[in-house]
Amino acid sequence: MIVELGHFALVLGLVLVLVQSVVPIWGAHTRDERLMSVAAPVAGVQFLMVGLAFAALTMAYIQSDFSVLNVCQNSHSDKPLIYRISGVWGNHEGSMLLWVLILSLFGALVAAFGRTMPETLKANVLGVQGWISVAFLAFILFTSNPFIRIPNPPMEGQDLNPILQDVGLAIHPPLLYLGYVGFSITFSFAAAALLDGRIDAAWARWVRPWILIAWIFLTLGIAMGSYWAYYELGWGGYWFWDPVENASFMPWLAGTALLHSALVMEKRDALKVWTVLLAILTFSLSLLGTFLVRSGVLISVHAFATDPSRGVFILAILAIFIGGSLSLYAWRAPLLKQGGLFAPISREGSLILNNLFLTAACAAVLVGTLYPLALDVTTGDKISVGAPFFNMTFGPLMIPLLIAMPFGPFLAWKRGDLLAVAQRLMMAFALAIVIALAVVWVKGATNVMVRIGIGIAVWVMTGAVSEIVWRSKLRRVPLGQSFRRAVGLPRSSWGTMVAHFGMGATMLGIVAVSAWQQEVITVMAPGETKAIGGYELTFDGLSPSSSSNYREDIGHFTLRKGGAVVADMKPAKRFYMARQMPTTESAIETFWFSQVYVSLGDPKEGGAIVVRAYYKPLVTLIWLGAVVMVLGGLLSLSDRRLRVGAPRRAHHVAAAAPAE
Amino acid sequence: MAMTRKQRRLSMIGGAGAVLAVAGGLILYALNDEIVFFQSPSDVAEHNVPHGQRIRLGGLVKDGSIVKYGETVRFVVTDGGGDLTAIYTGTLPDLFREGQGVVAEGKVGDDGIFHADTVLAKHDENYIPKEVVEALKERGEWQMGADNPKAKGAPAPDKASRAEPQDAAVKLTN
Repeated sequence: MIVELGHFALVLGLVLVLVQSVVPIWGAHTRDERLMSVAAPVAGVQFLMVGLAFAALTMAYIQSDFSVLNVCQNSHSDKPLIYRISGVWGNHEGSMLLWVLILSLFGALVAAFGRTMPETLKANVLGVQGWISVAFLAFILFTSNPFIRIPNPPMEGQDLNPILQDVGLAIHPPLLYLGYVGFSITFSFAAAALLDGRIDAAWARWVRPWILIAWIFLTLGIAMGSYWAYYELGWGGYWFWDPVENASFMPWLAGTALLHSALVMEKRDALKVWTVLLAILTFSLSLLGTFLVRSGVLISVHAFATDPSRGVFILAILAIFIGGSLSLYAWRAPLLKQGGLFAPISREGSLILNNLFLTAACAAVLVGTLYPLALDVTTGDKISVGAPFFNMTFGPLMIPLLIAMPFGPFLAWKRGDLLAVAQRLMMAFALAIVIALAVVWVKGATNVMVRIGIGIAVWVMTGAVSEIVWRSKLRRVPLGQSFRRAVGLPRSSWGTMVAHFGMGATMLGIVAVSAWQQEVITVMAPGETKAIGGYELTFDGLSPSSSSNYREDIGHFTLRKGGAVVADMKPAKRFYMARQMPTTESAIETFWFSQVYVSLGDPKEGGAIVVRAYYKPLVTLIWLGAVVMVLGGLLSLSDRRLRVGAPRRAHHVAAAAPAE
Repeated sequence: MAMTRKQRRLSMIGGAGAVLAVAGGLILYALNDEIVFFQSPSDVAEHNVPHGQRIRLGGLVKDGSIVKYGETVRFVVTDGGGDLTAIYTGTLPDLFREGQGVVAEGKVGDDGIFHADTVLAKHDENYIPKEVVEALKERGEWQMGADNPKAKGAPAPDKASRAEPQDAAVKLTN
């Protein structure tokens, strides 16, 4: 009964969203207040309906209602409660429902918090958001309905893929979706502005909090996914450049560029045409990612051709939305007036540079992701585009961007003085050189790329800090006064510093791991000891154990440093009964920012076992850096000037004062 | 020396063009140099893949062919049409066994043996790399009914009705 209610709520949601996608836009076109005012309540109720549907499906999972096909295929009554719940989005149908839920959540949030937005803009934004919802609700109801019952329900379900039974998976997809589906709202803003034929700095102020929110979640989601792959897949890699990762990374790159170009638009009323295009492209990449992941095209282009209903549906959505929005752009963008002039060396110029490199890097990732598919379809050749391709293309494009990064926030708007900025950055530069030399001297590095990499990472960090140091006039005025100045700086300045610092930290982690990681792959008999990264790892033996839905062999290891025990490590090999599938559970010990990582391979005769042990110096910085970036984003978001709904159209000129 | 508006615009367009040209150049260079073609054992036999060129070799691990010497394992990859002996040192993925699909990356040495430096780990008992499936289908080795040519031992609990959608893809999305 609950399941049928959920199904019905979803259909009702589709009907409501049809209203949402037509009435307000017609109202905005004819300037009819009453029609426009329909948008907000409908968006709210539509969100409730989709939420109800989602809750119903979740209920079916919690109660292990195996008469529902989707539950039966992806759940098992022995599974712990949390994995029964996370199983809702651990499959195609459920994850699409989550997708649509987040889509309508963002619509409802704009409806609730966008009170100060002009009526026409709000009506158009919610209308366009409605179009996207129509497409995806129809997709779910016609091709991927999670509420289908089966006539003869089995006693037991087929269980969720064991590698997905993990806390990481419980939170990773919702975060990721909040991010890349979140960019739908910036897309709607862009399309609404084009429909309106009018765009100004206030538009950028209204849209920037939403860009930030989406970006924050996407950053968290990607970092979370990367950490999950690191500890769950058992071979210690944190990024594989596989198409599914790239699918979420491309919107991140474009979204980061958008975040910066919207800044120019907000402060200087410039780069409007480009910012609108970028907003469209960012969500187009989210749609492309959804297509790649959800259509099955990555598994096999041929499988896609033989069962094309889902793939073709998403492809059609992709074509309509990307084609439609770009046509709208081509038609209306010439109407947008260009604003503020600036010299190439200026804050605007540096943000353009940022955009250039980020979009070029994004294009490189796009080519690397799509080229194998294109080649397979056209010539039938099968190729793999892996890390070497991306290191060759993405890497060189990131290096100049990171070198230039500390300069940006120092440059003045309109016309900057590069020499003066260089002088202000001298300390940061000297410090970066000293730290990099010290690190390389202690750790030892023969490879010149390692030295450059460490140097750049530290430079990004010291450069970020020196902006705040300079702005608070540290050591140029009394300490108390410079402290007050620092506290009084706009939150968005702090946000920039913190986020840039986080980027540097992530890079430091990446360089350190690739330069100084140690790896031991060996057979160990009980009692045997191996050295790894300055620690001694002793294998004490294997012991069997079992849980409600798996049995496992636990390896017992003692980790010592200089003879003293520092940790017990218990990696395991699990075997999940329902799916007859083994998984590897790694054991990880963190020392400051570095980790010792142990996972098990095949057992051998006499209680011996193949062991993979890694020493990963500074590895946690990769994810902590992302968390710091997120903190920077939150600080920016908390800036009073950016608060959702706060800005009003008339006041934007004052905000562009040179105090920045 | 203040630039005129036209000069400003030109310098910016020039700068943007330069970055994009570099990016394009890098991509083309990398596409030429850094990608690896997938080959089945019979492709290797028929097309005379030059020794020393990196390829991805895919097929099934031939029954009874696995020989282990400590850390090193020697096995035969087959696609029904051709066999190729491979050598690999390191830990093998959880699901590496005889009769299973395998994808290995490496080079064919002058000794005619495939020296693998990576053997890909797959997470699912029933999962066979897509390239392997297609190569086997071409050879007519694929038995549709079993949906899975190894079909010995482990029962396939949930096949038939459901395509196992994205096991490789599972990592970040599901």
